[in-house]
Amino acid sequence: MLQGFFVLLACQLFGEALALGLSLPIPGPVLGIMLLVLYLFARRRPSGPDAADHESPLGLAADGLLRHLGLLFVPAGVGIVQSFHLVLTYGAAVVVALIGSTLITLVVTVFVFRLVSRGVSGSAAA
Amino acid sequence: MSQPHDLFHLWVYLAASPLLWLTVTIGVYLLAQRLSALSGYNPLVNPVLISIVTIVLLLLGTHTDYRVYFAGAQFVHFTLGPATVALGVPLYRNRHLVRQAALPILAALLVGAPTAMLSAVWIASALGAPLPLKLALIPKSVTAGIAMGIARQIGGDPTLTAVFVISTGIIGAIAVTPLMNALGIRDYAARGFAAGLASHGIGTARAFQVSDVAGAFAGLAMALNGLMTAVVAPLILALIHP
Repeated sequence: MLQGFFVLLACQLFGEALALGLSLPIPGPVLGIMLLVLYLFARRRPSGPDAADHESPLGLAADGLLRHLGLLFVPAGVGIVQSFHLVLTYGAAVVVALIGSTLITLVVTVFVFRLVSRGVSGSAAA
Repeated sequence: MSQPHDLFHLWVYLAASPLLWLTVTIGVYLLAQRLSALSGYNPLVNPVLISIVTIVLLLLGTHTDYRVYFAGAQFVHFTLGPATVALGVPLYRNRHLVRQAALPILAALLVGAPTAMLSAVWIASALGAPLPLKLALIPKSVTAGIAMGIARQIGGDPTLTAVFVISTGIIGAIAVTPLMNALGIRDYAARGFAAGLASHGIGTARAFQVSDVAGAFAGLAMALNGLMTAVVAPLILALIHP
């Protein structure tokens, strides 16, 4: 588990360093995800245990963190106590924009995904 | 028997140490999670929302400054980084599913990411919101750590963005299940992808409550949208503020 946590931190560190050092437009954590996936592919063996197995150190660390992903957003969310005045001033506009935009994005995204997915399986069947 | 005086000293001591608010953050979240489980994972009983509201009330009730709270809670906040990187693991485990769905993923990302940014800006514009507010809204569908960086890059207020990000996550996590059921969509890959794209990590946490496949696609969407939004946000900025 500790070894798994080390791999996650190392990928994050290299990701942040790459993004900053090369001034890439890609966010550090996203580079970290890419590095982790590359690492997993590099460690893949034709048979035997995989580094991403649920019982492997990395699997345990990742599953443990992702099971409680919601908790990790709580400290930043509590930060709303600092912005009460802004939220109150533009309350209605912000609330409508956030709710409206989230619903529109959910519907548009799922619709495009299903449309293309049906198109792909349709042409494969033809 | 301890007297009120001693209790006050105890409070003064504890309130100054990071231990108190770290413990409170985790304890409140565990209770909120138990409530969510008791409700049968009803989307309205969202553990993140319940925890934030409870802790905000505790801070207001005890006149505790956010900086004092954050001195303890920062240890939880910090793990957001390695947890974001950890999304690579379910992504790798589901690589066959992801490869099969490569085209729908790409199409949904190319359309969904600009929709998330433009729809928020347009609605806010129509309601007369000022420019700083609109700038902070642009990256609102992206996970907190990435969104704050994007906000800084395009001249928005990162703290304000963080609040919008968390709100968007909670709205998406609450809305996604009833909305998708109402639309009659039973494809959990598509549902998860939409949840992760529109409402990042909080939507992903919700998707993992519903199904592992939905969770993996939500995590993928969250990572891809972080990348896409970082690249496209400057173009959106040029569009709304030439």
